[in-house]
Amino acid sequence: MRNRVAYFGMFTALALIFSYVETLIPISFGIPGVKLGLANLIIVAALYKMALKEAYLLSVVRVLLAGFLFGNYFSILYSLSGALLSLSVMALLKKNGGFSVIGVSIAGGVFHNIGQLFVAMLAVETFQVAYYVPVLLVAGLLTGLVIGILAQELLRRLTWWLSQS
Amino acid sequence: MKLSIKEKLHLQKKDWFLIALILFVAGLAFFLHEFIGGKGAGCVTVKVEGEIQGVYSLSEDREIEINGGTNTLKIRNGIADMTKADCPDKLCVNQKAVSKNGESIICLPNKVVVTVDSSENSEFDAVAQ
Repeated sequence: MRNRVAYFGMFTALALIFSYVETLIPISFGIPGVKLGLANLIIVAALYKMALKEAYLLSVVRVLLAGFLFGNYFSILYSLSGALLSLSVMALLKKNGGFSVIGVSIAGGVFHNIGQLFVAMLAVETFQVAYYVPVLLVAGLLTGLVIGILAQELLRRLTWWLSQS
Repeated sequence: MKLSIKEKLHLQKKDWFLIALILFVAGLAFFLHEFIGGKGAGCVTVKVEGEIQGVYSLSEDREIEINGGTNTLKIRNGIADMTKADCPDKLCVNQKAVSKNGESIICLPNKVVVTVDSSENSEFDAVAQ
């Protein structure tokens, strides 16, 4: 990438727009707290196209901006813990090798939920949320799969586009 | 020629392993909860910011105002359900009603936790106001 600052700005804007689009889609999977996580598509793309440092920065900036615009103090806290744990696990799997974009994204989806559950447990001082774990695991798996497929297509086209420009 | 879904996805061996592992852990957690969690009418403990506000029996139908009216918990037919909350997201209201041991309803903005306990330690019934 030739102009890092411009790309970083564009990725941030995209992530923010996806966060906004998601608030517009009234998709409820019938389970509280579960959503697709469209913005993670951009985070996954950043993981593959940017330096890890930049991907982390993008993730934090995205959560803060989206939190101030569409959420509240609580949602920022939960999003941040989920986003950082998710990105860390994704970076680890990617570095380890052997996983496709989809596999990395699935792990990201699952650990996004686990990170949020962890903060929720600390916030309300109860550990009896364990029954919610299977729901969150499967939900993370499915959303991660969808985001992973999208990210794979996006990255394939992005690579082509970057080689043309 | 049309590619099959499997070929299109480019899933690696490790990806399948990861998916299988996640499903296994989810299944394990589910069965642990189903079989160890146990059933039977116990009581619900209402906590606000980690402090017990009251313990109510599930066998008695009633409506409870929590935290000075920010949340309303309804107990009916051995099931406890959050029916009202003043928080914007209403996640606790949308959450399914609880009845099994260890299940809980949580309202994060108001820091309200409703947990179902086994009937054994229901000596706190008297605390119910």
